[in-house]
Amino acid sequence: MRMDPLALVPELCLLLGAVVTLLSGSWLPRHRQWIAGLLAGSALAASLTAAAVLAAGPDRTVYAGTYALDGATDAARVIVPAAALLVLALSAGRVRGDRRESEFSVLVLLASLGSVLLAGASDLLVLAVAYLLASISLYALVGWGRDQNGAEAALKVYLLGALFGITMLLGVAFLYGLGGATAYAALADGLAGAPAGALAAGTVTLLAGLLFKAGAIPAHFWVPDAAAGATVPAAAFLTTVPKIGALIALYRVLTILPGAALDWRLLVAALAAASMTLGNLAAFAQTDPRRLLGYSTISQVGYLLMAVAVAARPDALRSLLFYLAAYAVTNLGAFAVVAALPALRTLRSYSGLGSHHPWLTGALVVCLLGLVGTPPTAVFIGKLTVFSATWSGAMPWLVAVAALNTLASLFYYLRWIAPAVTPGSHGPAGAGAAADHWAGGTAVAAAAATLVLGAGAGLVLPSLSDVLTR
Amino acid sequence: MLSLTVFLPLAAAVVLIVWRGLPDTAVRWTWVAVSAAELAAVVYLWVTYQGPDLGHETNRPWIPGAGSGYHIGVDGLSLPLLALTAVVFLACALYSLRGQRDIRRFAALFLALETTSLGLFAAADLILFFLFFDLSIVGMYFVIAGWGHGEPARSALKFFLYTFLGSLALLLGFIGLYAASSPHTFDMAELTRRPPLEDGGPAGALVLLAIAIGLAVKTPTFPFHTWLPPAHTDAPAAGSAVLAAILLKMGTYGFVRIAMPVLPGSWRRYALAFVVIGVISALYGALVALAQTSFKRMIAYTSVNHMGYILLALGAAGLIAQSDAQARSVAVTGAVVQMVSHGLITGALFLLSGILWDRGGTYEMDSYGGLAGPAPRFAAFTAIAAFASLGLPGFSGFIAEFQIFAGSLGSAPVATALALLGILVTAGLFLWALHRLFLGPARHPRAAVRAVPGVLDLRPAETWAVAPLLALALAIGVFPRLLLDTVDPAARTAVELVAR
Repeated sequence: MRMDPLALVPELCLLLGAVVTLLSGSWLPRHRQWIAGLLAGSALAASLTAAAVLAAGPDRTVYAGTYALDGATDAARVIVPAAALLVLALSAGRVRGDRRESEFSVLVLLASLGSVLLAGASDLLVLAVAYLLASISLYALVGWGRDQNGAEAALKVYLLGALFGITMLLGVAFLYGLGGATAYAALADGLAGAPAGALAAGTVTLLAGLLFKAGAIPAHFWVPDAAAGATVPAAAFLTTVPKIGALIALYRVLTILPGAALDWRLLVAALAAASMTLGNLAAFAQTDPRRLLGYSTISQVGYLLMAVAVAARPDALRSLLFYLAAYAVTNLGAFAVVAALPALRTLRSYSGLGSHHPWLTGALVVCLLGLVGTPPTAVFIGKLTVFSATWSGAMPWLVAVAALNTLASLFYYLRWIAPAVTPGSHGPAGAGAAADHWAGGTAVAAAAATLVLGAGAGLVLPSLSDVLTR
Repeated sequence: MLSLTVFLPLAAAVVLIVWRGLPDTAVRWTWVAVSAAELAAVVYLWVTYQGPDLGHETNRPWIPGAGSGYHIGVDGLSLPLLALTAVVFLACALYSLRGQRDIRRFAALFLALETTSLGLFAAADLILFFLFFDLSIVGMYFVIAGWGHGEPARSALKFFLYTFLGSLALLLGFIGLYAASSPHTFDMAELTRRPPLEDGGPAGALVLLAIAIGLAVKTPTFPFHTWLPPAHTDAPAAGSAVLAAILLKMGTYGFVRIAMPVLPGSWRRYALAFVVIGVISALYGALVALAQTSFKRMIAYTSVNHMGYILLALGAAGLIAQSDAQARSVAVTGAVVQMVSHGLITGALFLLSGILWDRGGTYEMDSYGGLAGPAPRFAAFTAIAAFASLGLPGFSGFIAEFQIFAGSLGSAPVATALALLGILVTAGLFLWALHRLFLGPARHPRAAVRAVPGVLDLRPAETWAVAPLLALALAIGVFPRLLLDTVDPAARTAVELVAR
């Protein structure tokens, strides 16, 4: 067994950061709680730096093959803390002075740690632990606002999470029984001769938990309720960060399954098609921007799952990682606009935003068109690479479904953009209300980042890995 | 130099957006100055261009992982369209000197649109082409939604959804080309050199179908034209002019630039389908235009008719069994000249219809009458534009249509004969429109305006916007060599590529 504590510095930064933030938050007076937030931010920055430094190291597994250090983990170690930093930035205005100010940062750190561990897990038991770590902090985060909607949402997420978590543990037990091991490398050999029926049962139950984390069909029910019920910063976090870990984990675990016994590619492709279609159709009728974004994230997971459906093809992993980064920054940008104007609870109330908050409107337009996949935003390149990989992976039908869905999604994003850019109400509760500076700044920064990431895709894409270690 | 030409308007747009304190007059003149500089730059590019290959080329890796590069360049097909873009945008800038609501953002939007248009015509990479294609839709959406009249939000949404559907089909086709090419690439020059799917089998047919739908929606041809009349009618005059003169050309240009040379086998096999769609568009557009009571809708439908001629010529160029290379090259040349000619003439007509709206508040032709008396210059300009549009000899439209019909007659005689009827119908409808607007007893929906002498007629800014467009149409009609010398070699190359 190879002990290599230095290899886990980014994860340790997150863990220590959570502990230090919790302790300092407990001792600091209410008006100095921002110091705890600053510590949390430094921990994320330290984790990010450490990940960037360690990314140069060789691809390998540590701790007896239970944790993989490869390009996918490196990407998660960068994307997750960066996204968490954006969440902390956009939450600054909302959490300032709250009784549970430092708890928010602690929960963000722990949930980020869970997400990174999910991405790196190369052993079913580590996967299960990471799932629990990521989920439990998420339940608390959803209910962080302690209002009625938040409590309801938290309960819903908790019940569904517990249900899918247990189902996933069942799948872990199944696969362990079939393959005789929990480490992926050993499982890949052990499962080769497994009976197809049992393998299918184990795979499907295992997928349940990861699909829950990803917010994909059929484990998506919690997403819109949580997005609308939780506080906006929490909603931004839980529709973005868990997906990063979950999708990489899905990619990792599915590639160990023997292809001959079970056509899991078709299953994932069907889930992808269902996720994007149902997410889009349900988003049509929404009038609350938060619920709309909730359903939009369900449809986005559908596009992301396309890359998983053609896993192990050249460029599939690279496109998945790029799309994840692009999605994270764009989705957070859209949520940041919502966070900047918390009084606007309907799409209609955004009318006239353009004349009062031109920068914010610009950020909103860029982020929403980005989610559609309009060039030159980052999601466009993400979609382009994912579509290309899927097409090469002999699934042109899925690409066609995705293209039609992209068109359908345009319709509801435009329902939001249209009032924002046309003149309208000027009431104090309407679009004329003052915006939260922290969230507004984050929105503009995220919108700029999505454009920069799109234009700089040529530099980012080749640096992403296209093989996994196990 | 080409990159600078493409991105200078965008830089100016950013300055206008950021510098909020700039007075309106300064904004207007900045816009005019930048547009004029663009025209000068394009003229310089044209004069220094040495054919017949891609000139002023820049090729840098952009997204190497996805086989896409920042590859731009110009040749005989793109130069006329670049020049057209610069001219029409300058005309819009001059036209807006007379006053426009929220001029700062309007100017910024148009400058950004100019970049997307120039970029598209200079793009030599499919993803770059797609990027500009999509951004032009976004820009035009905001022009219609923000500055339109009537039901702008609805028309803008319809426009966006339709053309975005088209662009997605186009993207699917591009990805299909990418997946079929080896090594995987989006580079047009590379794809033209070694066309994937050359056998024209089912995969080639599907990819061509996707690309053709995408371009046909933008062009637009029958039956994908339904977004066009509302978008045109509700857009501001300058927006309609750019939409008709430049954005529609993105579709037809895509056929010549991408569909024909990259999928020669499939193009040849399905050329007849394009001929048929072209003829239907030409006749249908003309007949529906005849039935319009609104001046602007009428012009919008004549665009469908003119685009039909272009598709007819390009389709005929694919029927290589029935004609010689000379005739097909004449047809393609005619198609390119028609793009330029239609851009100049329809741009002018839409600006003139904007003046009609400005003075009368309606486009309904029956509300007006006898305008030739109080507005002689307006009447003269509209008459010139109408005659140019119906293809009177001496104007660019005649050169274009003559070449199209001469080049297509050999390979598709029946179709060409049918399409010729379109000219007859257009002649009739333009004459009838002139008759209704300008002759007879003087009538005008706003009596107050009519009472003030001279107020109905063109103002200097409007004259300066429209006159150059018509002068250029006349110049091309009288000295077509200026344009043909550049277009001919490129058209010959395109025909050779299709005949491979």
